[in-house]
Amino acid sequence: MRRSKTVRARSVTAVALLASCAAVLGTGGPQGAVLPVAAARTAVAPQAQQQEQDEPCDVYRSVPPSGEDGPAVKAIKAKRSLVIGIDLNSYRWGARNPNTGQLEGFDIDLARAIGTAIMGDPDKVVLKSVPTADRVQFIKDGKVDLIVRTMTITCKRMEDVAFSRPYFNISQRVVVPKSSPAKNLDEALKDRTVCAAAGSSAVEALKGRPVRQLVTPENNLDCLVLMQLGKVEATMTDDVLAASQAAQDQTVRVVDGEIQPGVMGVAMLRTSPDLTARVNQVLADYYASGGWRGAYDRWLKPYLLNDADHYWPAAH
Amino acid sequence: MATPVRTEGPGVGAPARPGGTAAGGWPGPLARLGRATRTAPGRLRLAGALLAVVTVAFGTLTAWQVESRAQAAQRVVSYSQPLSQAAADINRALADADTTAATGFLLAGAEPKAVRDRYEQDLATASRLIAEAAARTTASSPAQGWLAALNQQVPVYAGLVESARANNRLGYPLGGAYLRYASDQMRTVLLPAAAELTAAENRELADDYAAARAVPWAAYGLGVLALAVLGWVQVVLFRRTNRVFNVGLLGATAAVLAAVLWLTVAGLGARGALQESEQKGAAPLRALNAARVDVLTARLAENLHYVARGSSAKYADLWSKTTEHLSGPDTSQDGQGAQAAQGAQDGAPRSGTLADALRLAPAEAEGAVADAGQQYRHWREQHATASRLEHEGDYQGAVDATVTAREADAAKTADAWFNGTDRQLDQAAGAELKQFRRAAEGTDGDLRTAAVAVAVLSLVAAVAAARGLGRRLAEYR
Repeated sequence: MRRSKTVRARSVTAVALLASCAAVLGTGGPQGAVLPVAAARTAVAPQAQQQEQDEPCDVYRSVPPSGEDGPAVKAIKAKRSLVIGIDLNSYRWGARNPNTGQLEGFDIDLARAIGTAIMGDPDKVVLKSVPTADRVQFIKDGKVDLIVRTMTITCKRMEDVAFSRPYFNISQRVVVPKSSPAKNLDEALKDRTVCAAAGSSAVEALKGRPVRQLVTPENNLDCLVLMQLGKVEATMTDDVLAASQAAQDQTVRVVDGEIQPGVMGVAMLRTSPDLTARVNQVLADYYASGGWRGAYDRWLKPYLLNDADHYWPAAH
Repeated sequence: MATPVRTEGPGVGAPARPGGTAAGGWPGPLARLGRATRTAPGRLRLAGALLAVVTVAFGTLTAWQVESRAQAAQRVVSYSQPLSQAAADINRALADADTTAATGFLLAGAEPKAVRDRYEQDLATASRLIAEAAARTTASSPAQGWLAALNQQVPVYAGLVESARANNRLGYPLGGAYLRYASDQMRTVLLPAAAELTAAENRELADDYAAARAVPWAAYGLGVLALAVLGWVQVVLFRRTNRVFNVGLLGATAAVLAAVLWLTVAGLGARGALQESEQKGAAPLRALNAARVDVLTARLAENLHYVARGSSAKYADLWSKTTEHLSGPDTSQDGQGAQAAQGAQDGAPRSGTLADALRLAPAEAEGAVADAGQQYRHWREQHATASRLEHEGDYQGAVDATVTAREADAAKTADAWFNGTDRQLDQAAGAELKQFRRAAEGTDGDLRTAAVAVAVLSLVAAVAAARGLGRRLAEYR
């Protein structure tokens, strides 16, 4: 509740921003898929903007939770395995530990919790790596039943796939070396060489800001490499990945201040609302039982600036 | 005015010499020359002087021209070809280091010692060859700039790889980002510099080949002129004296003929040997080196694709581009195993660097290159298998199909087929290098011998001609 109010309040002050930012926020994976978002703020005609405002998509909206097994859930149970798409490259979210070969992270815990709750047996849950760019296609092709992979809910994606209720709040943050004197986001960016993953929402968020130079490598971790090598002074990326960067390098920190808030959800086929309802039920139970907070404490707490409540999207 | 000493000194041009009359100036000698042509002994002396000049000039010019070709041939064998090969080896060692680093990275904690050793040896080889090439390359050569750039960048690259390794050991995905950054540096800075170096050294090799094989037309021209003058003098003498043979002039003719013959045989021999060394050695080696770098790049792309863990399509593209460069356009697409297997039955590649290497390979290396092609086809099949597993979401299965530390499965991985390909190509390179050496070595010696022989024979001819004319001259006393 509290969270959604903040979002709404911002959207009132910045006209058309929320409508477009949902689209702008279209990335959030470690790679960041390229979206044709540039038009949202600049090139779109006033009339089109008006329409977007009249018909805003609600990224918080999903089917009501239900513990019933509908036809889609029954079909999955009949094939005796639930296939969940995950990431291998987002540290502390979904990553393969190179030394143990184990999958670990916040999203992995959530995926296992959902799988076990639905199938009743962890052995019937299959975790499958999904390339960032193919996430939507994998669902449409039925290669995976669900995707739990730092996936931002956007209006554009909602046209292709169904999302659960959001399970994490994210926004754009700035990472700087600990030696930087910057106290807030503006100071950290002004007249600096700033890095952001190509095609990510961070690049959009940086438009019009007085940075000295913008460097856009392929991946947000490339920004951390460049920062360690002294080639960039600040990196803009979302909470999720900022936390992941701070976790991998103790000499960088996330500065105060955030822009462009959004939410992450579990994606699945639009044609199986009963599965979505079931996932929503599991999410509600997961939070109520303390599973969400446990995973948060285990994977993310040391690296995020705010307390856990800040990141849980309140019921809508 | 004429003295016996002057007729016996064939090297001294009588017409040009002012003699003792220092006061003469130009009109003096010219006037004397005019007077000399009006008497028989004068004409004989003039003929003797002309013969001496022509034969000695022939000898000198030939010796000089042939010696310069001998020097070029020597440069080919002991300077430009080794440097060209060293440049190619630097290129290959660096590419191999990059590929091996990625292999070790994928195996992480299970990285076998052999993989680590190979990486370190590659860097050591590259550094050694760079230092050696810098020492042997002339300071003004454009190659020096590229060598300096390489010398500076190799340690930077090694540092990045160590950062990647350290982060990977901590379990940080950042390690993968570092490795991709290191590899990008390799592919955008180091390897292009090495390729430029190779091109510069290849140009020098081509220049030396051209200089060594150039026909000494001036030498042939003077040889023919000397024979013509000798023939003309003998015809004139025959008409004047009715004596058919003049032993001295005949000897001179024989000596010049022998010199021209020697020049021709040695020149043709050297040209043939150099031609063979180029055709069976240097040219196939160039093609083979290009194919080997492509093989390494393809393997690197395969590794980096899995290092990036599905976060980038860049390396899949690099694989397709490189394999196309290597063996021509591929009709089968990654992940479509049945088609890939079908394409593999087509046999040897028809275009691309591997096809070039096979087409140019001498008989001694053909088998190894063909074997490499066979291994390469297996490799591509295995690559398709791994891609299929990855598309199904089985990342670990795809990595295991590509590279594994488990010895039981190691023989069937893409890495194993790559190693087989690389080994066969290495064997072919050894055979071709041997062919080059066998053909090219000794040509400079043969040419030097010819240069000395022609010089001696022309001197003999000059002396013999002087003696022959001296006989006739004596009859006027």
